[in-house]
Amino acid sequence: MSVIGKYFIFLGTLFGKGEKLSVYWRRLMEECVGIGVSSIFIVAIVSTFIGAVSCIQTAYNLVSPIIPISTVALIVRDMEILELAPTITCIVLAGKVGSNIASELGTMRITEQIDALEVMGINSSSYLVLPKVLAAMLTFPMLVIFSAFLGIMGGYLAGTLTGVITERDYLYGIRDSFVPYNIFFMCVKPFVFGFLIASISSFKGFFTSGGALEVGRASTQAVTNSCISILIADYLLAQLLL
Amino acid sequence: MIEINNISKAFNGKAVLKGISAQFQKGETNLIIGGSGTGKSVLLKCMIGLVKPDQGNVLYNGRNFYNCDKETQQSIRREMGVLFQGGALFDSKTVEENVRFPLDMLTAQSAEEKRERVAFCLQRVGLEAAAKRMPSEISGGMKKRVGIARAIVMNPAYLFCDEPNSGLDPLTSVKIDELIKEITEEYQITTIIITHDMNSVMEIGQNIMFLYQGDKLWEGINSEITKTTVPELKEFLFSNKLLREMQE
Repeated sequence: MSVIGKYFIFLGTLFGKGEKLSVYWRRLMEECVGIGVSSIFIVAIVSTFIGAVSCIQTAYNLVSPIIPISTVALIVRDMEILELAPTITCIVLAGKVGSNIASELGTMRITEQIDALEVMGINSSSYLVLPKVLAAMLTFPMLVIFSAFLGIMGGYLAGTLTGVITERDYLYGIRDSFVPYNIFFMCVKPFVFGFLIASISSFKGFFTSGGALEVGRASTQAVTNSCISILIADYLLAQLLL
Repeated sequence: MIEINNISKAFNGKAVLKGISAQFQKGETNLIIGGSGTGKSVLLKCMIGLVKPDQGNVLYNGRNFYNCDKETQQSIRREMGVLFQGGALFDSKTVEENVRFPLDMLTAQSAEEKRERVAFCLQRVGLEAAAKRMPSEISGGMKKRVGIARAIVMNPAYLFCDEPNSGLDPLTSVKIDELIKEITEEYQITTIIITHDMNSVMEIGQNIMFLYQGDKLWEGINSEITKTTVPELKEFLFSNKLLREMQE
C-alpha cells in the first residue's frame, strides 16, 4: 500500500512547479521520437505476423460449410481492433519502452544526474518524467492504429498468398458488420496503457538506489508491473466501455 | 558565508551526524575530511538540500535554508554550484550542452550571451577543444573539469565539491585542486570540499574540519593539522606509510 501511495505522490510531483514551456515542448518532441518513432519497426514486425497467424489459424478452425469464408477476415479485423493491436502492441511496448525508461532514469539516479537537477532548483520529476508520459499517451494510439492496419494487411497477405481465402472474400469480410465505435475503443486503450507504462516505469527508475544490479532489477520490475497493470486496465476498460 | 548549526541526521535509527556546527568563510576553501562512512557526504547533502537533516539549520548569508519560503530556497539553490563525485554529467548532452544547461533552464539570456559564457567557462577549465565531445568520450579528469565549468557557469556564491579528486591520478588531482582554489579566490566563492585526499588537505585546505563517526572532532587550518593531539585524526593523517615515516 505504501508503494501505491508513493506512486500517487510521485504523480502529483509531475504537475508541480515546472520549467519554461519551450523546454517542455523540446523535451516532448525528443521523447516522441525516442518512444514513438523508434518503436515503429518492432510494432510493424509484430503486428504483421500476428495478423498473418490470426488469419491462418482462424481459417484452419473454421471448417464448417455453413459459415462463409469471409468470416475469417471479419474475425481477424475484430480481433485486431478490439484486442491484438491495442493490448499485444502495448505489452510489446511495455517491454521495449518500459525497460528503456526505467533503466535510463535508474542510471541517472545512481550517477547523481537527478541530484544535479534538483540542486539546480529544477523539478526533476516534472522535467524528466512528464514529457515521457505525455509522449507515450500521444504516440501509443498512433502506433496502435498503425499496428491494426498492418495486422489486417498481414492477414490479407497470408490468406491470399496461401490460398485459404480469396482477395474478394477477405475485402468483403473486413467491411462486413463493421462497428465504428470499436475504433474509438481501440484508441482509448493505448492512451490509458501509455500513461500506465510510462508512469510506472518512470516511478521504478526514478527511485532506484544502489548500483547496476538495482538498475536491472528496476527495469525488470517496470516491465512486469506495466504488463500486469495493462491486463487489469484492459479488463476494466472492456467492462466500462463495451 | 555558510553557517551550519547543530546538524543531526539518522538513518534507520543509526545516527550518521551528531549535532555538527561550523562556519565556512567566503573566498576560502573549506575542507571536510574524514574516513569512509563518517558522514561527510551526508553533511554535504544536508547543506545542499538533497537530504533534510532531522535537526539543525543551514544559513546562507543569514538565510535559513530549511526555514524559508520556496522562492528564497530556490534563489539560494541558484546561487549554488555543485561538483558531484562522478561529475554527474548528462550522458545525452555534449560537454558544451552540459555547461549551457543551467543557463538554458534558469536564465533568459540570449543565445549569444550563453555561447560566450559557456566558452568562457570551458576556457577557464582548459576544455575549449572538447566542447563538442560527449561525456563518454572524455577522461575522468576532464569530466571533473566539465563538472566544475557547469558548477561555475551561473556565477555561484557557494561551491560544493564532493571528493573532487577521487579516481584521479596524483597529477590530475593537483590540477583539479589548484583550479578549485583559483576559482574560489578569483570569484570570492564560499567553497566546501569533501575529501580524504591528504595532498588536498596540505595544499588547498584553508579551513579544515575533521569528522569521525558523525562527530566533529577537530577544526583548524592546515598548518596546525599535523600538530594535532586528537588520536583519531592522527591515525587518519598518518595512516599512509610515507607520511608516517616523514612524521617520525
